[in-house]
Amino acid sequence: MSERTTPEGELERQFERTVAAEARIEPRDWMPDGYRRTLIRQIAQHAHSEIIGMQPEGNWITRAPSLRRKAILLAKVQDEAGHGLYLYSATETLGADREELTRNLIEGRQKYSSIFNYPTLTFADVGVIGWLVDGAAICNQVPLCRTSYGPYARAMIRICKEESFHQRQGYELLMTMMRGTEEQRRMVQDATNRWWWPSLMMFGPPDGDSPNTRQSMAWRIKRHTNDELRQKFVDMTVPQAERLGVTLPDPELRWNPERGHYDFGTPDWAEFKRVVSGDGPCNAQRLAHRRKAHEDGAWVREAAAAYAARRSAERKGAA
Amino acid sequence: MSWPLWEVFVRGKRGLNHVHVGSLHAPDAELALRHARDVYTRRNEGVSIWVVPAGAITASSPDEKDPFFAPSGDKVYRHPTFYVIPDDVPHL
Repeated sequence: MSERTTPEGELERQFERTVAAEARIEPRDWMPDGYRRTLIRQIAQHAHSEIIGMQPEGNWITRAPSLRRKAILLAKVQDEAGHGLYLYSATETLGADREELTRNLIEGRQKYSSIFNYPTLTFADVGVIGWLVDGAAICNQVPLCRTSYGPYARAMIRICKEESFHQRQGYELLMTMMRGTEEQRRMVQDATNRWWWPSLMMFGPPDGDSPNTRQSMAWRIKRHTNDELRQKFVDMTVPQAERLGVTLPDPELRWNPERGHYDFGTPDWAEFKRVVSGDGPCNAQRLAHRRKAHEDGAWVREAAAAYAARRSAERKGAA
Repeated sequence: MSWPLWEVFVRGKRGLNHVHVGSLHAPDAELALRHARDVYTRRNEGVSIWVVPAGAITASSPDEKDPFFAPSGDKVYRHPTFYVIPDDVPHL
């Protein structure tokens, strides 16, 4: 095939035309370095979040109250692992190295969603995570099914399909508990109180304090601002809370007929910054657990590679 | 030490082609198939899986797409609508 080089300016115009036409950028297309870097950072953080996100709920697998709940929880945590793997696979199409990403996570160089640094104190937390945390994740992720980078958009389509089960199982679990004893209803309210504000923080800092948003929207990686998505989540969740019979812990929460949206209070952004920068209730525990799982698995990886090498040598010898 | 990368193709049901769904790392082809089943077919998404070492795939370069695919662009006579047939000719 003949060598042909296109001047960088023309490549950039082609890239911009493709993005503007709502077509997808694919792995071997030319793309600006900043676009590639932003995607690797965002998708890797998202992948890490799925992997770390197995821990808070994994905490309850052995103590689920019935075989039905245990099977559901196992399937959900297995999905989180799968979501992490779809996303790591997408970063590799951008030239990222899987092992380096794992090291970046366990050595604390790359972040994951701050929500997973909160503890799961009762079984009601499993339901509230499905309802609020996965609900917020769905709000964030549905627009990403149309993100400009093809492999990321395709991974998000698979993920969103599966998240729907996650959210519904959580809400169903909570409805079951609300039909139970007074103590169970108190557990649901308590878990709602603890997870509401961290769930609102999942959408990231307010728009005025989110320096990457403008460029990400120009590149059509992001489709909505953090505050738009947060508002959408609140509007969707309030009637669900009413139906469930729990109170969302925000005295400022009320319907605003002029805006056609719920008004709500301001999350504690100082707490958000503390948790993101490593000082949340469970940051150290989450990373230590991930690191231990990686190190404890080393012999399995080595044994499988040694077995594959031996089999391959035997086949060559036999040929 | 890193396991090689495999590209995964899944046949959704009988009668359809295998379609690329993503990639994964595995030490050998057999384990790549098992991992592919767990990662990409947890909800009956497939009846058959292919795994291919990522390095074994040769791809056309997008940078050369215009000249590479040009031969098919100017051959309108390959399409049935190129031929003018009177309306009163049946079954054609």
